[in-house]
Amino acid sequence: MTSRTIEFEKIVTAIAEMCEQAAHDLPEDVAQGIRDAYEAEKSPLARSILQKLIHNYEIAARERLPICQDTGFAVYFVEMGNSCSLDRGSVTEAITQGTAIGYKEGYLRASIVNDPLFDRINTKDNTPPIIHVETVPGNHLRIMLLPKGGGCENMSYLAMLKPSDGIEGLIRFVVDSIVLSEGNPCPPTVVGIGIGGTSDKAMTLAKKAHFRRPLRAPNPDPRYAELEQRLLQEINNSGVGSMGLGGTVTALAVHIENFPCHIASLPVAVNLNCHAARFAEVTL
Amino acid sequence: MNITPPLSEKVIRALHAGDQVTISGSLYTARDAAHKRLVELIEQGKDLPFDLRGRILYYVGPTPPRPGRVIGSAGPTTASRMDRYAPVLIEKAGLAGMIGKAGRGENVVEAMKRFGAVYFAAIGGAGALLSSHIIQSEIVCYEELGTEAVRRLTVENFPVITAIDSHGNSLYREGPERWGSRNSTK
Repeated sequence: MTSRTIEFEKIVTAIAEMCEQAAHDLPEDVAQGIRDAYEAEKSPLARSILQKLIHNYEIAARERLPICQDTGFAVYFVEMGNSCSLDRGSVTEAITQGTAIGYKEGYLRASIVNDPLFDRINTKDNTPPIIHVETVPGNHLRIMLLPKGGGCENMSYLAMLKPSDGIEGLIRFVVDSIVLSEGNPCPPTVVGIGIGGTSDKAMTLAKKAHFRRPLRAPNPDPRYAELEQRLLQEINNSGVGSMGLGGTVTALAVHIENFPCHIASLPVAVNLNCHAARFAEVTL
Repeated sequence: MNITPPLSEKVIRALHAGDQVTISGSLYTARDAAHKRLVELIEQGKDLPFDLRGRILYYVGPTPPRPGRVIGSAGPTTASRMDRYAPVLIEKAGLAGMIGKAGRGENVVEAMKRFGAVYFAAIGGAGALLSSHIIQSEIVCYEELGTEAVRRLTVENFPVITAIDSHGNSLYREGPERWGSRNSTK
């Protein structure tokens, strides 16, 4: 593998563009998911909501106006090839700079405060972002962005189940989480589930599940793929519906990410993404 | 049905959970930080910077507008974060309506029943669409709060759903009960 040097500035520019693009253009796979929800929904009120959501993402794309005023916490997953390096600085610095430029120049909302408990002063440029870096073989740099809304992120759940709780225990926990969340995460949601690892790993997996493309692509293991389908059905049977006002579609998709775990554990994490499941990526 | 604030008790009591309503006229915006300040003024026995009687508060923190636009994207935020403050505003300041997303606590519903107020749901995540119904925006107070400042918005046919009415009926309870599969054979 030939090693490559990537320009710091090139990353900054790409990230700034991605922040704007993600805020304005709903990915086509998510747009299709909302259109399918509209077709499947039985409640007239929920159908009228879904129709307005379709209208909303059309206006957003046309007028370069954010799909949602909560343009999110910028969460990145980075795959960095072990044969690539930067001409200066670090990938974290480049992404942080790009985020600040993208949010300021794109008229996106700055939603981050400097200290969670005491100061709570707005950082004014939506930094710092959350960055997960994974080193992989190769000389490419792939950066994926998930602008994550506060309302749906607040609806996050972790259960350290007993291995004996099994599949049924897991389903109960996930469906209870959805019912408990009501309209808060802006359903119909995308349900990210992390199973296995440690408590922190399970949460990261649940977040990583939102990066799976295209939306509704099944888990590669057919047993988990079947569980995704069963969970989707059980979640939609809950009746929570669009914005929690009742309906037959509560989730657009369920994505499970799994990982080995300790003999004593069965960690399960649930992370919800709103219907405005924004996403952008770049490979440099 | 189209309504224009200030709302009379008669209009408030005639609204029922599930009604689709449009609002024209003026709304005031407030989120967590503005609520905290307004309630502090009331507790200190001081006047509010604007008259809330019969008025509707919209829980929103818009994106900054591009040059030439009235306002940026402007959809509702989670209403339950205002639950701690809303009953005081309903009882002491005469607040008549609130627009947000998702359910409210029992303390808010009790105040709504007792003093006559209504809670509307706007569609969360439809900030671009809702922005197109806002024709004017001016800062009333707390400019230093940025996106959380109190604004007076002039709206035209702003679409909302009566989610919890002044009689205590809640679509957050009735909707899922009706559409959940356990009841689908009814």
